Amino acid sequence: MLEINAENFEAEVLQSDKPVLLDFWGTKCEPCKALMPAVEKLAEKYGDKIKFCKLNTAENRRLAISQKVLGLPTIAMYKDGAKVEELTQDKATPDNIEEMLKRYV
Amino acid sequence: MQDIYDIIVIGGGPAGLSAGLYGARSRAKTLILEKGKWGGQAATTEELENYPGSIEQPTGPEITARMKRQAEEFGAETRAETVTKLELGGKIKKVITESAEYQAKTVIIATGAKPRLLGCPGELELRGKGVSYCATCDADFFTDLRVVVVGGGDSAIQEAIYLTKFAEKVTVIHRRDELRAAKSIQERAFANPKIDFIWDSVVIEIKGDGIVESVVVKNVKTNEVKEVQTDGVFMFVGYDPVSDLVKGLVDMDEKGYIITDENMSTSIEGVFAAGDVRVKSLRQVVTAASDGAIAAVRAEHYISENF
Repeated sequence: MLEINAENFEAEVLQSDKPVLLDFWGTKCEPCKALMPAVEKLAEKYGDKIKFCKLNTAENRRLAISQKVLGLPTIAMYKDGAKVEELTQDKATPDNIEEMLKRYV
Repeated sequence: MQDIYDIIVIGGGPAGLSAGLYGARSRAKTLILEKGKWGGQAATTEELENYPGSIEQPTGPEITARMKRQAEEFGAETRAETVTKLELGGKIKKVITESAEYQAKTVIIATGAKPRLLGCPGELELRGKGVSYCATCDADFFTDLRVVVVGGGDSAIQEAIYLTKFAEKVTVIHRRDELRAAKSIQERAFANPKIDFIWDSVVIEIKGDGIVESVVVKNVKTNEVKEVQTDGVFMFVGYDPVSDLVKGLVDMDEKGYIITDENMSTSIEGVFAAGDVRVKSLRQVVTAASDGAIAAVRAEHYISENF
């Protein structure tokens, strides 16, 4: 999964040709770390149609807040330069994420 | 057909990991199933200073990771699977997950509890937008900002203290005029210049356009209502058991906690419960670990008498 930061967010996420899944996580967020392997598995399955990215909010706090993400884990979908859907905390389960992805493949 | 496990533990928090450790150490064929994050609620707190022996590095993630490693070293299998159905009636129990079906002579239910929702307008809409139930997950976002903490128990006050490492100001809103938290925690909170208190008050609404902007607070004695500007709301207003899986199968109290005897036996033979999910007076990591140990030992007794 591609690491996103303030420098490449615009180019890799907002200007992406493909829909983007962005996994907002944090170094101290245990639920985020528990979820990550499932997202990586989904990346293998859907990686040709959707670009999978992750963003460490501990290092990119302002960018996360600018995206109105103030709680972890948050899995967001971006399409045509805008955030179109997101799943946060309890809603961010592997099943829900896959369901969301299917709407963009 | 797969081998029959001696013990299947459902839940990978301190109770389940302790049960797994005791089971595997006595050479019982033991499997621990966890649907989400290993370590349970204990893995989401930085402060775990009251677990005996945890003076150095007393963080929840560290201690629960060690518990898991310890159970595995003794031979317990650990799998990240969600249990969807249990068949507990027969002598051999069936544990069905989304990807497999297991058989066991005994089952230990250690599914724990989860934070309770407050149930006020705005709470669900602003979840992940400033409303949080996990300080270690989300504290970073509130560096130099203002947050409120709702609740007055150990968790609320401990996490309020933790949040002062990040936030500029932490306001504790509590529905009574004194805290329920342990005295030593209270003393630290009262001495912390970043923490202030709104007593006798409840949050009746969380407001914000996209992200949290304020909470509406009502004084329960005077009925006075005021709006408090804030960037984040951390909820620690209690817990609910995670027991839907066994609803209607084993006896529970009216809140959904599983009723056991002092040997952790439930109303079904060969089925035990351990940790926060059962009816008990103190829900702590240390009592969860204790429950797990007792449940595993009693499970072995049951097996030697019945198989």
